[in-house]
Amino acid sequence: MSLRGKALENNYAIDMRGITKRFGQVVANDSIDLKINRGEILALLGENGSGKTTLMNMLSGIYQPDDGEIYCNGERVYIRSPKEAFEHGIGMIHQHYKLIEVFTAAENIILGLDEEKMDLSKTSEKVRDICRKYGFDVDPSQKVYDMSVSQKQTVEIVKVLYRGADILILDEPTAVLTPQETQKLFTVLRNMKADGKAIVIITHKLHEVMEVSDKVAVLRKGKYIGTVKTSETNPQALTDMMVGHAVTLNIDRPRYDNPQKKLIVENLTCIDEEGVKKLDSVSFIANTGEILGVAGISGSGQKELLEAITGLYPVKQGSIRFINKEGNEVELVGKTPMKIRQTGVGMAFVPEDRLGMGLVGSMGMTGNMMLRSWRNGKGALLRKKPPEELANRVLEELEVVTPGVDYPVRRLSGGNVQKVLVGREISSQPEVLMTAYAVRGLDINTSYTIYNLLTEQKMKGVAVVYVGEDLDVLLELADRILVLCGGQVAGIADARTTTKEEIGLMMTQFSTKGAE
Amino acid sequence: MGTETKTPFVRLAKRAEMAPRKIWLIRISSIIIALILGCIPIILTGNNPVSAYGVIIQGSLSRPIYVRQTIKIAVPLLGCALAIAPCFKMRFWNIGAEGQITMGAMVATYFALFWVDKVPHVPLLIIMFLTAAIAGGLWALIPAFFKAKWNTNETLFTLMMNYIAIGIVAWLQGGPWEGRKGSQLIPMFDKAARLPTVLGVHCGWIIVLVLVLLMYIYMNKTKQGYEIAVIGDSVNTARYAGMNVGWIIMRTMFISGAISGIVGFIIVSGANFTLYKGVANGVGFTSITVAWLSQLNSFAMIAISMMLGILEKGANTLQTKMQVPASIADIITGILLFCMLSSEFFINYRLIFRGRKEVKA
Repeated sequence: MSLRGKALENNYAIDMRGITKRFGQVVANDSIDLKINRGEILALLGENGSGKTTLMNMLSGIYQPDDGEIYCNGERVYIRSPKEAFEHGIGMIHQHYKLIEVFTAAENIILGLDEEKMDLSKTSEKVRDICRKYGFDVDPSQKVYDMSVSQKQTVEIVKVLYRGADILILDEPTAVLTPQETQKLFTVLRNMKADGKAIVIITHKLHEVMEVSDKVAVLRKGKYIGTVKTSETNPQALTDMMVGHAVTLNIDRPRYDNPQKKLIVENLTCIDEEGVKKLDSVSFIANTGEILGVAGISGSGQKELLEAITGLYPVKQGSIRFINKEGNEVELVGKTPMKIRQTGVGMAFVPEDRLGMGLVGSMGMTGNMMLRSWRNGKGALLRKKPPEELANRVLEELEVVTPGVDYPVRRLSGGNVQKVLVGREISSQPEVLMTAYAVRGLDINTSYTIYNLLTEQKMKGVAVVYVGEDLDVLLELADRILVLCGGQVAGIADARTTTKEEIGLMMTQFSTKGAE
Repeated sequence: MGTETKTPFVRLAKRAEMAPRKIWLIRISSIIIALILGCIPIILTGNNPVSAYGVIIQGSLSRPIYVRQTIKIAVPLLGCALAIAPCFKMRFWNIGAEGQITMGAMVATYFALFWVDKVPHVPLLIIMFLTAAIAGGLWALIPAFFKAKWNTNETLFTLMMNYIAIGIVAWLQGGPWEGRKGSQLIPMFDKAARLPTVLGVHCGWIIVLVLVLLMYIYMNKTKQGYEIAVIGDSVNTARYAGMNVGWIIMRTMFISGAISGIVGFIIVSGANFTLYKGVANGVGFTSITVAWLSQLNSFAMIAISMMLGILEKGANTLQTKMQVPASIADIITGILLFCMLSSEFFINYRLIFRGRKEVKA
């Protein structure tokens, strides 16, 4: 501890030199140099798979570098576990929170500490001090299961501060927050910065980088590209650094001439196994030639809504009607997925869990194309030719990078996995196309490929339902935005005229009711 | 602080995909390592491992009669491994083959004892074959039904069903089907209820080899085999694709139980010519090893079941010739399984020792 106090002014809080990390043949980090200053917010920017999290995991003791050196306050260190990271004052807030639901905030905060005596009241006092100092809003005696996502995140941050960390790393901290919560978090980060802490946020959201950071370090495909001052750059320049070539950041949003009703959902109510209402009288209409965006905090019923429409989630009440080409209404409630398909309802679904629900990870592209067609043909034998042709077509048209159509899709990169899935679903020539978090984890290029594919489908007269988490994208891509909050429809807004703040407010509209 | 801290002595790193040929090479070398490790218990019993392995080979393969006996051991192992394969592919842990064999054997025995006068030789065998398959299948269907309906734990359920099946046979053996009063034995089958021999071994070996081919086609070329593979990968994906998961679980378990039942028929009608409560004799469990070691590949199962047959037959000779306990075969089988399973670890990971620079692949 005393070493840290004596640290010289001109020393970096963290100085990583030539860090290399390999996973199999993949070089996740290739000889990266990174310097982190005190009293500064550094944004670590890069596309998914560029090695940001891997690099930070080596600081927090989760991975060991294969090569390179780490200096903390000018002194060479070896960080072999998260515990040792804390000894050097390094704390990381991971994307997926690691809290025990049935414990209180204070209990979670002291969990794992070797203190002589567990004194919860003293802990609570110290927690309140930290909260006052930086402007957090946490009740130490509140149970974690009663907390909202942003409160849980706050507990994680306080936990790290409680352990005396003065170098904080936050992995995609705003991914699950509403715009209002994000602002609150940024205020806290600025307070910590003023207190002389070194802060790193891992992100790929450019507008947040511009708003909160002092410096931006960019990684691309495992390589360090450079560090720039935020005040001296702009989103377009940063994107070009991230991707390596110029990219246009605009999504084209043409209007479709003659939208017709395609899917009518009325008073849809779903209850899960524990008897909790997941959807509460949801009503809306999806039209042809339209992208209907669905916004909401994660877990507001998005998953259940799409699964109920596809016949995968039991419906308690309500009606889901599909209007077929002849103009007749077909009731979908009470039908199995197979029955829905056999009734001639052209519905495609790109689920959130790509490998766990949309695809068979251990099979190749051919085997996965078969997932829609394996029943075709008479007799007991499989027909492998048509799916193989389809696989080759998808491979070509969407430029899937794979050693071959029989190479297990589990081993493909996230973007290619999604291309296989979206390619198969679009190839079925659907009338309704539903996607859940279709660009999660994808790089910018692939994301735009997906946006373009969806818009293309829309202009063909498909009713597209797009569940998304990035409000900026929803506002640019969708025609209308349906906001879910606690399983209810908080409102449906015209995406061309509404604002991010308006959507953000709707997302938390019933939150007081939901907490009961 | 002060003390020098270093990186850990050894670290794990995930490997890139290996060529299938190299993977099988690793698996075969793990068998060789297992045979070398198997020398340790042989040495501990005070014998020369080289001559002991010699005796094992000699005792199982040196003469046609030995080969026939070895094949007799391998046939039920192979058949039962084929039965288990589709369940394991589906990640349905059916460890109830023992009971399914017993039920098949029991029903076959019923016809062998009480229909032998009414039906001629070949039709009787066909009846025994079919009813044994149905009995084994129905017995396997019970845990599958509960799994499909209420998601009960199939591992415990199938295991418990074994003891019930064995208990029923024990009761028949001492009660209704007892031959000479007080003997606690069921009478030997009439000639008409015994499987004919082909090339000196009961024709069960032909049945099992046909099953190898059928199972290979079923698993790799049919719609049902595809459904099984999808469920084994992800139940949610199967539901998403519109598969009726519960129905497929029950259907697959029926097929699995039916094959086990056929194995039961082959054992009573081809080898034992009678029924007793230990009729399955651990085949239902040993075949799990066979299925696992062969990575559920039907053709690899032929080699693995022969290997275990050689070990078991050879170990019996070992016991009479060198006074080494025959259970040495079980120990070596255990070492084999251990080595094969750890070879999967080395296929997926490699170790990096401290201070060693990595060599670029």
